Amino acid sequence: MSEATQKADHRAIWNGADELSVLTFCLNGETFAIEAVIVQEILDLLPETSVPGSLPFVGSVINFRGKVIPLADIRVAFGMEAGNVTIDSRIVVTELDLEGQTTLVGMRTDKVFEVTSLPVTASEPPPIVGMRWRPDYIHALVKREGEFIILPNLQAIFSSQQNNALQATG
Amino acid sequence: MNNPDPIAVFKTEALEQLELIEAGLLDLTRDLDDKAQIDAVFRGLHTLKGSGSMFGFDQLAAFTHHCETAFDRVRKGEAPATIDLVSAVLDAQGHMLALLQTPNGDHEAMSAKLLDNLQRAVGGSAKAATQHAVAEQAAASAPVAAGLSTWELTFSLPLNAMINGTNPLGLLDELRELGDARVEALTDNIPGLEEIDPREVHLAWRVTLKTDKPKGDIEDVFIFVMDDMVMDLKQTEAPAAPAAKTAAASAIDSDTDAAKHAAAATDANKAQQPVDAKAQKQADNVRVPALRLDEMMDRVGELVIAQSRLSQMAGSAADLGLRSVSEEIERLAGELRDTMMVLRMMPVASLFSRFRRLVHDLARETGKDIELITEGEMTEVDKTVIDRLADPLVHLVRNSVDHGLETPEDRIAVGKSPVGRVHLSAHQTGSEVVITIRDDGRGIDRARVRAKAEANGLIQPGTQLSDQELLQLIFQPGFSTAEKVTNLSGRGVGMDVVKKTIETLRGAIDVKSNPGEGSEIALRIPLTLAIIDGLLVRVGSGRYVLPLSAVEECLELSIEEDLKSRGRSFISLRDDLVPFLRLRELFRTGTQPDPFQKVVVVSTGTERVGLVVDQIIGDHQTVIKNMSKLHDHVSAFSGATILGDGNVALILDVAHLIAAGQHQEAQLRAAG
Repeated sequence: MSEATQKADHRAIWNGADELSVLTFCLNGETFAIEAVIVQEILDLLPETSVPGSLPFVGSVINFRGKVIPLADIRVAFGMEAGNVTIDSRIVVTELDLEGQTTLVGMRTDKVFEVTSLPVTASEPPPIVGMRWRPDYIHALVKREGEFIILPNLQAIFSSQQNNALQATG
Repeated sequence: MNNPDPIAVFKTEALEQLELIEAGLLDLTRDLDDKAQIDAVFRGLHTLKGSGSMFGFDQLAAFTHHCETAFDRVRKGEAPATIDLVSAVLDAQGHMLALLQTPNGDHEAMSAKLLDNLQRAVGGSAKAATQHAVAEQAAASAPVAAGLSTWELTFSLPLNAMINGTNPLGLLDELRELGDARVEALTDNIPGLEEIDPREVHLAWRVTLKTDKPKGDIEDVFIFVMDDMVMDLKQTEAPAAPAAKTAAASAIDSDTDAAKHAAAATDANKAQQPVDAKAQKQADNVRVPALRLDEMMDRVGELVIAQSRLSQMAGSAADLGLRSVSEEIERLAGELRDTMMVLRMMPVASLFSRFRRLVHDLARETGKDIELITEGEMTEVDKTVIDRLADPLVHLVRNSVDHGLETPEDRIAVGKSPVGRVHLSAHQTGSEVVITIRDDGRGIDRARVRAKAEANGLIQPGTQLSDQELLQLIFQPGFSTAEKVTNLSGRGVGMDVVKKTIETLRGAIDVKSNPGEGSEIALRIPLTLAIIDGLLVRVGSGRYVLPLSAVEECLELSIEEDLKSRGRSFISLRDDLVPFLRLRELFRTGTQPDPFQKVVVVSTGTERVGLVVDQIIGDHQTVIKNMSKLHDHVSAFSGATILGDGNVALILDVAHLIAAGQHQEAQLRAAG
């Protein structure tokens, strides 16, 4: 991906609108935001069932209203330490399009903040250097009150983690 | 309730119509003079044309019109039914399917080509059979044409005829066109005024008709309503000219014919063809979208889970009243579940019927003479299973025809009948359905399988393999014994896909083959995919479900055995050595083993493996939930289920565990 297209791309998620409605949450001290439209529900922690042999990224499944859904930890994709469970820990259930299949996926978060809207003007492309994270995992960084909010590219994260898994099992 | 999209309804019905046309045509290939089938095909084509143009499928309607015309001539005896014609219409039928699916696509060229074929088939046969037809027509129509005969016709229509678009006045007008008709209305069945529904047909008619037209023309007036109506047609006055003999003959003829027609609706459809039987049944059935059934299945699944929670709570409570209600609900939920299962069952006939066409086409392509024999069509399987079995079965049948069956010359040379047979049968044993594809061809050539597997690096040269292991090699990815790649099979993709599909259905494949006598491939599929009886076990802190149908026995792994087996993972079970897997190690639970380890022996027909678990909890009604794509790569589990306390338990994939056990066994053996 050339620099030019990446620059243009970081605003693609706004889809031409001026503001994007998002849910912000915290992972290891960083603030992340995902589009509010894909959020189904925010849950307190549930009993988890770990799946032996799976990757730590999706190491367990939970019972979400009678459906068995995977519980993902995107900290793994960003190379962060697994956080401790606190009273603020929540599971955010999202609806993702994985290879053409709509799939419900739970995501661990340390704390959920709020639903807010982010202006497209504050958006910046992920820097090419000086970042520990894979640039294609991030849609954009959004400046707000002197801090950065990370808009992760869930599509890219899930499909690349899944490929890793398939490679791992050959 | 939302109204279904009329176009979608038309499509479903058109597909059924096309299936019936196909079945009729295939029957005709066997018996070209089958008048009932010719009529059935004609009616099918006509309906398709009519409803097609009504719903805006103009290309389909226009194209079907030509086929209808061709068949109309056959029906009227103007042209004989020939194999060429039937084949041309069969090809056209395939094209109609395309026209139905993509009504706006560009089908011009294909249509033109098929119509050309059709013209040739009709034209050619017309010429060839001219003398025959002319002679027959002269014989048949001459005496009738010679004079007027009088017919007495009584008919009544079904009550809902007008709702279905039949206009009785139109029928009467058509009769009047045939000659001098006197129509009398029969009012016997008219109910009292308060019960009358103006949309229903209560009248019957008696028509006295003087005509010079043959009997067939009178019957043709009713061709589209014949199936449901009651009709009695008698010749009261023979034409003056011909001898009394003809009159008597045709009187008898008309009697038996009328009887036949009355019977036709029930008899011809029911007895002759399973496909027709299905169509007949559908008439008084309710059509429900499969999606709604699935939703209902989900609800029933949740109910079963909630119920098992209730019975857990009731079990620990002292309240007797609560307990009896809980038991009542348990029974009801169980019955509801069973009923739900039956709802999802479909006879495999719907699956088998498509193979008649396939085999017909294959026979033409390969020049082999093939007979398809089907058995056990009424065996019922879960709908999902049927849908998913279609492709693997197509592949297996193709394989049988392409690789298994020899050419007629070769067959005669080895003293077999020149007609190759492919048997397709289904039957139920316990909780499994076995679908068998058997051919009487040359059988699987072991030496070639071995050579090929060695060449492809699937096995080491000289590896000792049991016969079954050798035969199972054909399901390995990238394996193909066909020396030349044909249109049909032999690209080496397929057999492994077949195996994969069957495994995702939690089934198994058995192969039997006798050189020179043919091969038999049996697919063993569990009856249902949605709910199974399971055995709940605990490994470390996790709980897992084993399909109870796969469990052979449970026993305790004594401390001595446990210690003894540190070096080797075998237990001796009544003088049989059974390899076992310690699930705690496999799943890396990192917990201390319970003091009394249990072994659950599971099997898939021929292979057995013991699974060491910490605790056997008991049996459990397991509602199977699929795992998401994100866990596709974890092959040890075939799904998940929700336990009474709301936690998730994973369902162990027995086939996979057995393979893992064998792998370990092989490694140990190799290590010496």
